[in-house]
Amino acid sequence: MASLNVRAALLSVSFLILALGLWEMATQPPEAQTGLTEYEMLMGGAEQESRVPPPSAVIKLAWAELSDPFYDAGANDKGIGIQLAYSVYRVLAGYLAAMAIALPLGFLIGMSPLMYKAMNPYIQVLRPISPLAWMPLALFIIQDSDASAIFVIFICSIWPMLLNTAFGVANVRQDWVNVARTHELGPLRTAITVILPAAAPTILTGMRISIGIAWLVIVAAEMLVGGTGIGYYVWNEWNNLDLASVIFSILMIGVVGMLLDLVLGKAQKLVEYKE
Amino acid sequence: MSKPFLEVDGLSKVYPDGQGGELTVFEDVRFALEKGEFVCIIGHSGCGKSTILNVLAGLDEASGGNVVMNGKEIKGPGLERGVVFQNYSLLPWKTTLNNIVFAVRARWPEWSKEKIREHSERYLKMVGLDHALNRKPSQLSGGMRQRVSIARAFATQPELLLLDEPFGALDALTRGVIQDELVNIWQETRQTVFMITHDVDEAILLSDRIFLMSNGPNARIAESVKVDIPHPRARATIFQNPAYHKTRDYLVDFLVNRSGSATPEEDGTPRIVEPAIGVARSASAGAETETEIAAHAVNV
Ligand SMILES: Nc1ncnc2c1ncn2[C@@H]1O[C@H](COP(=O)(O)OP(=O)(O)OP(=O)(O)O)[C@@H](O)[C@H]1O
Ligand SMILES: [Mg+2]
Repeated sequence: MASLNVRAALLSVSFLILALGLWEMATQPPEAQTGLTEYEMLMGGAEQESRVPPPSAVIKLAWAELSDPFYDAGANDKGIGIQLAYSVYRVLAGYLAAMAIALPLGFLIGMSPLMYKAMNPYIQVLRPISPLAWMPLALFIIQDSDASAIFVIFICSIWPMLLNTAFGVANVRQDWVNVARTHELGPLRTAITVILPAAAPTILTGMRISIGIAWLVIVAAEMLVGGTGIGYYVWNEWNNLDLASVIFSILMIGVVGMLLDLVLGKAQKLVEYKE
Repeated sequence: MSKPFLEVDGLSKVYPDGQGGELTVFEDVRFALEKGEFVCIIGHSGCGKSTILNVLAGLDEASGGNVVMNGKEIKGPGLERGVVFQNYSLLPWKTTLNNIVFAVRARWPEWSKEKIREHSERYLKMVGLDHALNRKPSQLSGGMRQRVSIARAFATQPELLLLDEPFGALDALTRGVIQDELVNIWQETRQTVFMITHDVDEAILLSDRIFLMSNGPNARIAESVKVDIPHPRARATIFQNPAYHKTRDYLVDFLVNRSGSATPEEDGTPRIVEPAIGVARSASAGAETETEIAAHAVNV
């Protein structure tokens, strides 16, 4: 009996082959001898182009793109690697800025019931705003599309980190805080040696949610601001009616998102502890 | 007379009773501890033992009265007082060794890494855990965790050790083993210990004196019972000492019949009781005398 993992992998591969097979068959160009349907006649000869491309075409394109991901042939023709790198850069910049504010502020809110009460109304109002709603304001104030996209990432990734940090810090077991107190640790030492490790799993959960949201939002943000990035790339290929490229970049968005999540997942494992 | 090592004066604790009034858990608690003494406190659940201990630890504030140790009033927690909590309170993300290192480093920040480690290992060895240095608390049994917690408290060599039902969550067998270990460590270090327990036998085995608390609300420390059994004591042989039975009977009688009505002296200090007075000395004259008397009684 093969192990569960092996059987699951076999099943996964079968699903993939099945799905690709169905997709391939469904997108076969009509054979030459069958006469044109009325619809096709109306659409003219260009219908080949606007068809959803078969997986074989996407794979061929993927192979070509991935074998030279970093070519740069002008503003509208850059390799997928460069576009993804732009997006990842913006996500990380906004995300790290959010972290730099959310973690200390979360600590403050978590440790002080007064601060919690004072900040809570603002958080509750600001949090449900779609990050993209900030875009016009950001563009007007910052006057720079790149920085505006980073700002939008900052805004969308700050909330889960802030709330989880505050929650994790506020709920550190009083026993552990008492251990710090009976050993005469100062506030800073207590925060670093007791509260931070105790709250780390909750904080990391917030950071993981944030990176996921940031990666969702960057695609939409780049479609708006244009220029570079994977979101712009998708939109641009759609305007070119290059659906194979669109599908390929959708897949790449998924892969990069998964990798980002994987990194945070690993970090989460590192700080986890059993009581 | 010189000032005692620790003096508790007129301590009281008042909570709101939830209906707009006030609930006085205990009041006018007065006692003193001498250096090197091992004192247990026994009383029914809810009379305020943990609260008193937490005030001594500086983790809780009394509503009235004060505590003076070494001539200084206790205002907050401090390293000269070590606490062993009932639920161990080990830091679960640290290994056994690092839980001790954490405490030792806090106590002596100027020590080198090697010295801190060596010192920590020595105390883990005392509780028989030198084989589990690198395990996390979640990988230890309840008894082992409490051993780590005891080692942590002793390792910082506090002047006063506070133990809140340290064996409350352990099974009888494990409890006995760790009691013996505690006796051994205490024998070696002779630190001043103030401990809460619900177990009369445990109190007799460990303490020089046992404080008896009357029931709450308005609980007091009514009596201070002297345990007249010489050290070193051992769990296996202490039953043979006649003073043990006298003391035990006295304690059980207090808890069953008198804890509701008992009061301290007029001046608020606990009544000093020596239930086994004379017994210990006659015991040293030989067990034969005792059995002889018993034999006579049967013959008559
Ligand atoms: N925050 C609080 N508000 C109101 N009453 C409280 C509060 N904390 C403790 N009490 C009361 O104070 C009393 C003493 O509590 P404490 O924990 O000191 O008792 P204890 O003697 O240690 O009991 P046990 O033997 O069960 O551990 C209890 O009756 C409890 O109801
Ligand atoms: Mg208690």
